[in-house]
Amino acid sequence: MARVFGSSIKRREDPSLITGAGQYTDDLKLPNMAYAAIVRSPHAHARIRSIDTSKATALDGVTAVFTGEDIKKSGTPGVVPVGWLLPDMKIPPHPVLASETVRYVGDAVAVVLAEDRYRAQDAVDLVEVDYDPLAVVTNPAKTVEEGAPQLHAEAANNIAFDWELGDKTKTDEAFPKAAHVLKVNIRNNRLIPQAIEPRAALASYDDSKGQLTVWMTSQNPHIHRLLMSLASLGLPEHKIRVIAPEVGGGFGSKIHHYPDEVIACWCSMQLHRPVKWTATRTEANLTDTHGRDHVTEAEMALDENGRILGLRVKTYANMGAYLSTFGPLVPTYLHGTLLSGEYDIPAIYCNVIGTFTNTTPVDTVRGAGRPEATFIIERLMDLAAEELGLDPVEIRRRNFISPDAFPYQTQVALQYDSGNYGPALDRALEMVNYKNLRAEQERRRGEGGKLLGVGLSTYIEACGLAPSAVVGSLGAQAGQWESGEVRVHPTGTVTVYTGSSAHGQGHHTTFAQIVADRLGIDADNVEVIHGDTDQVPFGWGTYGSRSAAVGGSAIAVSADKVIEKGRQIAAHLLEASEEDVVFEEGKFFVRGAPDKSQTLNDIALQAHLAHNLPPGVEPGLSATSFYDPANFTFPFGTHIAVLEVDPETGEVKLLRYVAVDDVGNVINPMIVDGQIHGGIAHGIAQALWEEAIYDGNGQLLTGELLDYAVPKPHMLVSFELDRTVTPCPHNPLGVKGVGETGTIASPAAVVNAVVDALKSYGIKHLDMPLTPEKIWRAIHQSGRS
Amino acid sequence: MYPARFEYYRANTLQEAIHLLQQHSGAKLLAGGHSLIPIMKLRLAQPPVLIDIGRISELSGVMKTDGRLRIGSLTTHAMLAASEAVKKHCPILAEAAGQIADPAVRNKGTIGGNLAHADPGSDLPAVTLALDGVIHITGRDGDRQVNASDFFLDLLTTDLKPEEVLTAVELPALEERTGSCYLKFEHPASGYAVCGAAAIVALGGDESCERAGLCFNGVTATPYRASAVTEALAGQNLEDATIDQAVTEHLSIDDPMGDTYASGPYRVELAKVYSKRALKTARDRARS
Repeated sequence: MARVFGSSIKRREDPSLITGAGQYTDDLKLPNMAYAAIVRSPHAHARIRSIDTSKATALDGVTAVFTGEDIKKSGTPGVVPVGWLLPDMKIPPHPVLASETVRYVGDAVAVVLAEDRYRAQDAVDLVEVDYDPLAVVTNPAKTVEEGAPQLHAEAANNIAFDWELGDKTKTDEAFPKAAHVLKVNIRNNRLIPQAIEPRAALASYDDSKGQLTVWMTSQNPHIHRLLMSLASLGLPEHKIRVIAPEVGGGFGSKIHHYPDEVIACWCSMQLHRPVKWTATRTEANLTDTHGRDHVTEAEMALDENGRILGLRVKTYANMGAYLSTFGPLVPTYLHGTLLSGEYDIPAIYCNVIGTFTNTTPVDTVRGAGRPEATFIIERLMDLAAEELGLDPVEIRRRNFISPDAFPYQTQVALQYDSGNYGPALDRALEMVNYKNLRAEQERRRGEGGKLLGVGLSTYIEACGLAPSAVVGSLGAQAGQWESGEVRVHPTGTVTVYTGSSAHGQGHHTTFAQIVADRLGIDADNVEVIHGDTDQVPFGWGTYGSRSAAVGGSAIAVSADKVIEKGRQIAAHLLEASEEDVVFEEGKFFVRGAPDKSQTLNDIALQAHLAHNLPPGVEPGLSATSFYDPANFTFPFGTHIAVLEVDPETGEVKLLRYVAVDDVGNVINPMIVDGQIHGGIAHGIAQALWEEAIYDGNGQLLTGELLDYAVPKPHMLVSFELDRTVTPCPHNPLGVKGVGETGTIASPAAVVNAVVDALKSYGIKHLDMPLTPEKIWRAIHQSGRS
Repeated sequence: MYPARFEYYRANTLQEAIHLLQQHSGAKLLAGGHSLIPIMKLRLAQPPVLIDIGRISELSGVMKTDGRLRIGSLTTHAMLAASEAVKKHCPILAEAAGQIADPAVRNKGTIGGNLAHADPGSDLPAVTLALDGVIHITGRDGDRQVNASDFFLDLLTTDLKPEEVLTAVELPALEERTGSCYLKFEHPASGYAVCGAAAIVALGGDESCERAGLCFNGVTATPYRASAVTEALAGQNLEDATIDQAVTEHLSIDDPMGDTYASGPYRVELAKVYSKRALKTARDRARS
């Protein structure tokens, strides 16, 4: 029998999603529901002199208009907290409705409730806020300069934290003795996550029971319940139920606890009727946490043979106007810890200064910190190759961590559990026919015309977050284990309850595959339930490429517990000792006597009937596990971009994209390929197209999809994928994460390829996105055009 | 993304549309809706009344008569791209229409709406201008015709009056030994033309250039006609070097538009590169 684990069965969630039957938050309607619309600041920084809601309140169809003062009067805390604490971090309060100062365009100042959403929007336009505009700063490095406008009294010089990792002395000592020192200044471009479904919440407060139910666009309903209770609403946790119905993508933006969903809940508590809020696309782009936005200086020291001696990185990381839920985590422990890449680097020092600016709060976007780190080191490797006259492949090989060096302790906290980087590189070079490409490139250089560029990115990722004690010691105000319950019904079908909360990843399919594989049953007999705090024991959610490695492992452990209980019952029924009973393909039998067997169905029925159970065995057949991983998982691989640059216009045309990834064991190859495709597209888009641009007044110039370029199929190529398989040694499935690999690897591959194409102009580095004009100007300014 | 309140009327005939326009001051015509509705949802436009002309069948379709194509204003971009008559007689219009945005937009958006909205990044204005098209307009006092060269007045502004309906575009059928090309540098987000070059080349019996047309979308507030270039090409044998030289020496655009994605000077540079390439392709097509 072919194993269902590892087979490309079709996504079971798709028939309902692609026929429009999926129920998203905004599809839900409750009787007597009011619509909320939020009044937002048009200024990036201003004092609020007064708010006049009288005209809005008087509009026909408007139920109520509330401001921050109303929340204060209600006694509700009305703030959103930060979920990751760094040493000496400054944490300014973040009220859900600003009543004194607004700090970014989009900051919420009032909420309107009306009988329909059109009327609500009309009333928003009638709320009169008298602002006293203040000076604005948007750049994460310039905000610390003397004379910069100050955002928060709590944070002198707009510094939220000044964090370091690695051995500064040892690293500084590596540079003077180095044969080569390469330096690069990088502006890692700010991204808007662009989940296709904007954030939304439907809150329903039942006054008679003191019970709040909120349906919302969440990647982690239990985290939202916890923070709603603990910090925002003051309601007891057991009186809050958070449900994530279908969720249309998140890319990290729906992890966080935002003001808007709190406002919807608070309004429902005031009005004693259901309240729905759904962001418009404009609101989503203004208020969903943005990503990246680093200003970095990086230096690498190498010996005469191209062996890395040291790496020094200083980054100003934009936190935006307030600290978002995991904002401080991203540029620190998800960034500094990845700076060793796939390389054996004896000394690394990283200093990250998180700063406040008059911009949307910054937090995780797919990859979150790891693309930034990978970009730094992979750009430096190419610069070093050029400096030393080595092929980019060769310099990477010289510095790879040797396959016999695992587990490998990096200089930046992580211990890589496993890895073998050469084979993935070899396979990618073979697929792309590297030698021929370099020959073709040489030939073309002589001819003029379009320039051929080839770029590598040999990357590592740390994901599958992660041992709870470790993240706790680093500042997490959250655990990072996961729950999984496997409940076998009397007829032998199974329901799985998982704390992972899918929003496009395919958990209904892959988690069923895990259970079906272990229990030897058809995947169609397994249902997967997630995204409801009243159904699932607990969950930390889906992000950081952790669902398969942590959530999937919890389920696997529970399935194994079910088998063990089943074995006890089967042994009793077969009148054999437990040690002699084996379980294969869904049947228990005495070793060597498969003819006389008890199927899982038989056992499930007996477990529930409980007419003849062994002494001391409880009825029922289910198991729950709380799985805390032993380590991160470490996917790795090689990506190669091949592209053409038009020297007359600076236009970039992708020709090929080859990716060889090692994500450990693969549960469903089709879904894994799909995740990698999406990740690569996302990363290519960061390299070539996407950028949130603020003007000097803090206005978001690329706030609409007319200006902010998400990738479309015709802008990409058909990706060529392959895999090596180095199973994760510490989880029961041997799986690693896959959702972010493409986004982590591809920006560096694309930029390296463009810079490679422009080699003859002496161009060393260009910041993303590589717009045609930027390339054209660089060519013209090179003096060699 | 919720428009302000408006009244909606549906016109079943052209006369009904004109009547409704007279009745409702400030009314806007709704055809494919792909320009108007987005700006209404952003509340940048808040027309009190919409008059839906989308179902007036007499305004849709392509007709060929006496060496000219008459294209009804409600003809969609998808219809233009697929029309055998357009592909045969005005291939550059089919080529441009097929590059507009995405299939959803092409299936709803219309040539009349495109021209009347006069977005500088639209693809059809420069093509219509390069073809010396004539815009047919009907108002209370009857029909009138405006040459494309007099139609586009400024950014998002045309000669069309608030109470008039753009009913058709009339284009000359391109003759034998005439080649055309629409070459577009599209904005990665909007799909609009950052620079769209529309080139037409008619060759004489001796292979020399009898007549050429060259216009751009996206570079200036209204479609730009590069007359100096085409005048320099007239009568010339169109070698690559001749085209390159004519563009280099005679294309100068003084007032280009610029934004965060592409500055004015860069758009001018694009116009130069794209016009050379478009003219050469048009020439090759004329020869074959």
